[in-house]
Amino acid sequence: MFASITPEMLLAILPEISLLVVMAVVFTADLILHGKRSSLPAWLAVGGLGLTLLLTGLFAQPGAQPQLVWGGMLRHDWLAFIFKIIFLTAALLVTLLTVGWQKVWLKGEYYVLLLVSTMGMTLMGASADLLMLFLAIETTSIPLYVLAGFVVRDDKSTEAGFKYLLFGAVTTGVMLYGFSLLYGFAGSTSLYAIAAGIASAAIPAPVLIGTLLLVLVGFGFKVSMAPLHFWAPDVYEGAPTPITAFLSTASKAAGFVVLLRVMLAAFPAILVEWQTIIAAGAALTMTVGNLIALSQRNIKRLLAYSSVAHAGYSLLAVAAASELGVVSLVYYLLVYTVTQIAAFGVVIVVWHTTGSDEIADYAGLHRRSPMLALALLLSFLSLAGIPPLGGFIAKILAFAAAVEAGLVWLVVVAVLNSIVGLYYYLVVLKVAYLDEPKSDKPVPATRPQAATLLVSVLLMLILGVVLAPWYNWAASGAAGLF
Amino acid sequence: MDFIHNNILSLILFSPMLAALVVMLLPGENKDLVRRVAFALSLLPFALTLVAWFGFGAAPEVDGFRMQEQHVWYPAINSSYHLGVDGLSLSMVLLTTLLTPLALLASFSVEERVKPYMALFLALETGMLGVFLSLDLLLFFLFWEIGLVPMYFLIDQWGSKGGERELWNGIKIPSRRYAAFKFMVYTMVGSLGLLLAVQLLGVVAGSFDLLALYESWPALSGTLFGYEMGTIKAVAFWAFAIAFAVKVPIWPFHTWLPDAHTEAPTAGSMILAGVLLKLGAYGFLRLVLPLYPEQAQQYAPVLALLATAAIIFGAFSAFAQNDFKRLVAYSSVNHMGFVVLGIAAAAFAAGTESAVIAVNGAVLQMFNHGISAAAMFFMVGIIYERTHTRDLNAWGGLFAIVPLFGALLILSSMASLGLPGLNGFVSEFLVVRGAWPIFTQYTALSMLGLLFTGAYILKGISKTLHGPLNEKWKGHFADVTRRELLVLSPLVVLMLWLGIWPAWLLDVINQAVLKIFG
Amino acid sequence: MQIPYILSAIVLLPIVAGAVMLFLPPKNRDLIYRFALGAAFVTFLLTLVVYLGFDTAGPRFQFVEKYDWLPALGISFHVGVDGISAPLVLLTGVVIFTGVIISQRIEDRVREFFAFLFILASGVFGVFVALDLFALFFFYEIAVFPMYLLIALWGWKQTREYAAMKLTLYLFVGSVIALVGALAMYFSSGLGTFDMIALESANFSPAFQNLWFPFVFFGFAVLGGIFPFHNWSPVGHVAAPTAVSMFHAGVLMKLGAFAALRVGIMLMPIGAQTHMPWIILLTLVNVVYGAFIAMTQTDFKYMIGYSSVSHMGLVAMGFATLDYNGLVGASVQMVSHGVMTALFFAVVGMIYDQAHTRQIPELGGLMKIMPFAGVGFIIGGLVSMGMPGFSGFIAEFPIFMGLWAADYPWIAIISVVSIAVTAAYILRAVGRVFFGELPAELEGHMHDVKPSEKLAIAILCFIMIAIGVYPNVIMPMVQHGVDAVLALLGGA
Repeated sequence: MFASITPEMLLAILPEISLLVVMAVVFTADLILHGKRSSLPAWLAVGGLGLTLLLTGLFAQPGAQPQLVWGGMLRHDWLAFIFKIIFLTAALLVTLLTVGWQKVWLKGEYYVLLLVSTMGMTLMGASADLLMLFLAIETTSIPLYVLAGFVVRDDKSTEAGFKYLLFGAVTTGVMLYGFSLLYGFAGSTSLYAIAAGIASAAIPAPVLIGTLLLVLVGFGFKVSMAPLHFWAPDVYEGAPTPITAFLSTASKAAGFVVLLRVMLAAFPAILVEWQTIIAAGAALTMTVGNLIALSQRNIKRLLAYSSVAHAGYSLLAVAAASELGVVSLVYYLLVYTVTQIAAFGVVIVVWHTTGSDEIADYAGLHRRSPMLALALLLSFLSLAGIPPLGGFIAKILAFAAAVEAGLVWLVVVAVLNSIVGLYYYLVVLKVAYLDEPKSDKPVPATRPQAATLLVSVLLMLILGVVLAPWYNWAASGAAGLF
Repeated sequence: MDFIHNNILSLILFSPMLAALVVMLLPGENKDLVRRVAFALSLLPFALTLVAWFGFGAAPEVDGFRMQEQHVWYPAINSSYHLGVDGLSLSMVLLTTLLTPLALLASFSVEERVKPYMALFLALETGMLGVFLSLDLLLFFLFWEIGLVPMYFLIDQWGSKGGERELWNGIKIPSRRYAAFKFMVYTMVGSLGLLLAVQLLGVVAGSFDLLALYESWPALSGTLFGYEMGTIKAVAFWAFAIAFAVKVPIWPFHTWLPDAHTEAPTAGSMILAGVLLKLGAYGFLRLVLPLYPEQAQQYAPVLALLATAAIIFGAFSAFAQNDFKRLVAYSSVNHMGFVVLGIAAAAFAAGTESAVIAVNGAVLQMFNHGISAAAMFFMVGIIYERTHTRDLNAWGGLFAIVPLFGALLILSSMASLGLPGLNGFVSEFLVVRGAWPIFTQYTALSMLGLLFTGAYILKGISKTLHGPLNEKWKGHFADVTRRELLVLSPLVVLMLWLGIWPAWLLDVINQAVLKIFG
Repeated sequence: MQIPYILSAIVLLPIVAGAVMLFLPPKNRDLIYRFALGAAFVTFLLTLVVYLGFDTAGPRFQFVEKYDWLPALGISFHVGVDGISAPLVLLTGVVIFTGVIISQRIEDRVREFFAFLFILASGVFGVFVALDLFALFFFYEIAVFPMYLLIALWGWKQTREYAAMKLTLYLFVGSVIALVGALAMYFSSGLGTFDMIALESANFSPAFQNLWFPFVFFGFAVLGGIFPFHNWSPVGHVAAPTAVSMFHAGVLMKLGAFAALRVGIMLMPIGAQTHMPWIILLTLVNVVYGAFIAMTQTDFKYMIGYSSVSHMGLVAMGFATLDYNGLVGASVQMVSHGVMTALFFAVVGMIYDQAHTRQIPELGGLMKIMPFAGVGFIIGGLVSMGMPGFSGFIAEFPIFMGLWAADYPWIAIISVVSIAVTAAYILRAVGRVFFGELPAELEGHMHDVKPSEKLAIAILCFIMIAIGVYPNVIMPMVQHGVDAVLALLGGA
């Protein structure tokens, strides 16, 4: 059996291997420390993730042609590669943000769980088989359930973990049912054989749509697509903030990549129908997210609802079901990940000093710490889609994809939504810049936090100004799907 | 010298503006210096005008205009900087450049903010000269409007001190501000139609050059915007006519005039009556009649009727005043009525000998009224400066204490009245002679108006100079000073000269009139 | 004349300067101010070079630079100026320079103020020089956004939050709606490029143009203050700090009008011809209604704000005629109005800084205290009322000629009323504020303006008079630009 393992196959799972090693190292270190509080696991995780990112970037690049490896379980293509980079970057930044966060950051198991989840995501991005997909999703989700409820002493955190677990389990179950139907129709679990199987079995469209809906329940939960978004605000609010950041970026991106893959690979037979369903979902998601975000007083809840809204914009790109759509989705998620992490980074730093996530406590942030306020400003502007930040490009590309696909009505909905979005982002900025501070104390950031903020803000700017490399990168990912 | 000859009109036009800039650069504290420099510099345009006047006959004539200059100005809409003079405009230029130094000299008694005052006055001169010199419709309009600005500020800032006008809800503003505002808004609103019509002409004819417009515009026919060209032209005619009628002013558009004249500073009134009113009449002659010969003929009776009304009601109103300055102001309405009557007659019967005579009279009347009105307002200003009142009933018997002043006042009043031997007689006679065969009834009625002219003039003289002396002024009323005499003497000389031998001016005017109406 | 990289330099210099400023020591106001002044001055000089270097006999677009930005979608950083945008670039340079001069009195968070102002300037420059649709939007939104912070943070306390939010949302709505139209154009052209010069020859079908023209036109025209989307503008003017008002009314509103021309009319000429006959009625409302509302105001800034609505209506009206004269006039009016309102707001700012009131009835007699500012304001007022000899007349006259030429006689006749109304309220304001009696409570509190402020006023006045006295300082350039627009309109 081992004889059949080629170097390509190993390179394809290089990130996962590397993550496993790091996990093992952190775990061992934690064992050796034996409950003593130490920063060692944190730095090991940071170093390990950095190394993994480096290795992945250097050696795990796929060839020009997509390859199915490991018995058709994984697909070694550019899309997977790009998303692996996104996940690893997100994990690295989130780990850095964790440094210094309450007492959590001194616990080794936190990092182990984070690493496991990251590994699950990288597998999700590459899965080419329903079984593999399910396993990957579970590998991703279970550690996240734990992480969301990691601060046991905090009721909100516990509640968040439990809620996430409960809804996650139910939706995953529904999704699994959908998977089994797919297998039944097509006689294969391979994503890339399903379409052909369904076609030859002449499954009636309504049945197929029903199956699609079942599958969509699981994915929709992951990407917080309305009406499956209701867990997000509570979980986002309750979970430790770095985990919230992770949930709203990497986990969501992972959801999108599988959604994209499954939709495009398995359901070409009902392309128009699923486009419509996704489009309707997009419209609903962005509208619900934005409207509810309007009334939020807590910044984490606000970001949660805004993240629901952004899921809506991303779905817009998915609904285009075109190469430009995929490109724009990738671009969107790239931008959104760094932006959201920057925003949560600010939330974390502020929480350190004020111990509050209330928007009102951001009053006069600019007078207290101008640079931190600037980071908040830039990340919120990027979320609002203002140039020269990445959000602008992402927004334009997504709109362009939808216009190209003839979904002008949806773009109009999105346009109206983006106005609402702008409004509540501005309200927060107004508080931070205009309102009188309650105290004059500066709001200091630790070095790792500052570095994370700096890196993500720079990335936001680079993504917004230097377009071609990223676009071409995303385009190569899209090319593999068509 | 060549430069001066080739650009004589530009030099006349801009030398006052340059003078204004020079004045602005002087130190403001030294009022006397400012006054003297301003006065000295204002003689420069006058000297240049004399150069032009004597070189006029020798200058080559192109399309009826001499000394033309044309330069690129606003080619995007085919408008150019085109200047030129004929006898008509040259006589008005002469009047302007003559009166301005006198007005500045008369303003030596202004104590407040002398520098901007003098500068505005000089700028005003450029505005007025521009109207007379322009041979481009847009340029004409430019100067037409720009002249308002200095005048507005002169009245608004240096106008009479006392008095309040109630607006509405008991809001009160100083009278001079009210008058300035009314002057500005009347003239601007009056000009809106002109503005639109100028645009229309420019669009339809594709040029603003007057010489080109004289050729093309009257000949245009067909339809425009779905209307007959005749209708369009009639509307445009009235747009022009109203703008100029406000300025002249023709009854019933005259209501701004008594306010403005009364509130303006003395020199402002001199220029207002002396030159500014002529702009309106000049507009009729230069633009309305040549551009709309048919419409002018058609509506000439209306103009004649209004002119007669102005003559009669102007005289009546003047007679009813107890404010000397207001009396003189209404007399302007009365006298300008004759100008309009002459113009209307010429419009009605263009080409006839009577028309030529009437216009000659009208233009001469413009000149004459400029001189006598300036003199009258200056005299009123002299009394006012000494007594701080303009109430006719407050004086009386002044002849006894200030004989020189009395003599000069009587002389200018008589010139104004049209006493034979003085200038007013010549021009009014010509107008009446020319208009009689054309508008006999109106002219006859105007003659009746002339009677009342005598009445109010005599009222003015008797209330000030005759009767029992108001003891209050004894010792407080000095006779005319040397400076004041310097202002008055050129005017008086001209009154006499033009009364006895007007040919030197009439010849020049007649040349132009023959070209236009002959 | 071709000077390499000059347009890139103009676009990038302010934003780079702004970014650098954010890292200067916040306490050192002097340093920050000097830095800002220096950067603004250099920018101004560069724009002057572009203006003077523009060859009116040369190609349509000059100083062109083109670099690939996102070749996969046909996006490039393609910049160049034509006869219409070159004067606007200079205008922006002038306004940033004078705006910085006027902003000496800013005390609070100086570096952020200037940084945002410079970022805004970059956006404005970017829009004026962009020859790529994507780049245009990119800079358009860069130009819009800093307004929010500038108004909200440094604005007039009573209304700034509301005004800033209203302004931003209005403009943002406009821009995204236009964006959708632009994307539709991109895909419908089938050329795969955002290059506007290429899109000009895309020959969109009449049905397409008729459908999309209103979206694109109004999307941008919102920023131009077109009725009934003008509401944000006076409110924004009033709330904004002086330099921002100058920028806002002076330049930013031109951005909307300019983009409406560049993207709306020039790329979809057939759509423009279809829709303009009713759009012109809206502009008529702008012109007349704006003037009447301005007359009823007692707050100095509101008055100028509504007068801007009225005057910008003339710009839109000129565009709407689709006539040579109308377009020429509208292009000049953009410059003229820009300089004029910049001057107005500068002077009002100087007054307000000392008097702490902008109520016209509460002011008076300021001519004696600040004669220079007073004269400047009067000159601005004369421009505003279209007095011949000043730039306003030179601009408005052809607009009206355009109305006549394009067969809108009644529009011309009705809108001319605005001139009289403008004269009335300007004269009233001048009379009240600069003449009359100085109110007792202001006695001793008011001082003359600083020499540097006089310089700013002088620069602005100079431009208005220069154009007014000799229109040819700007005309050949504008004609050069308008000829190209007319060619797109089918030589109409």
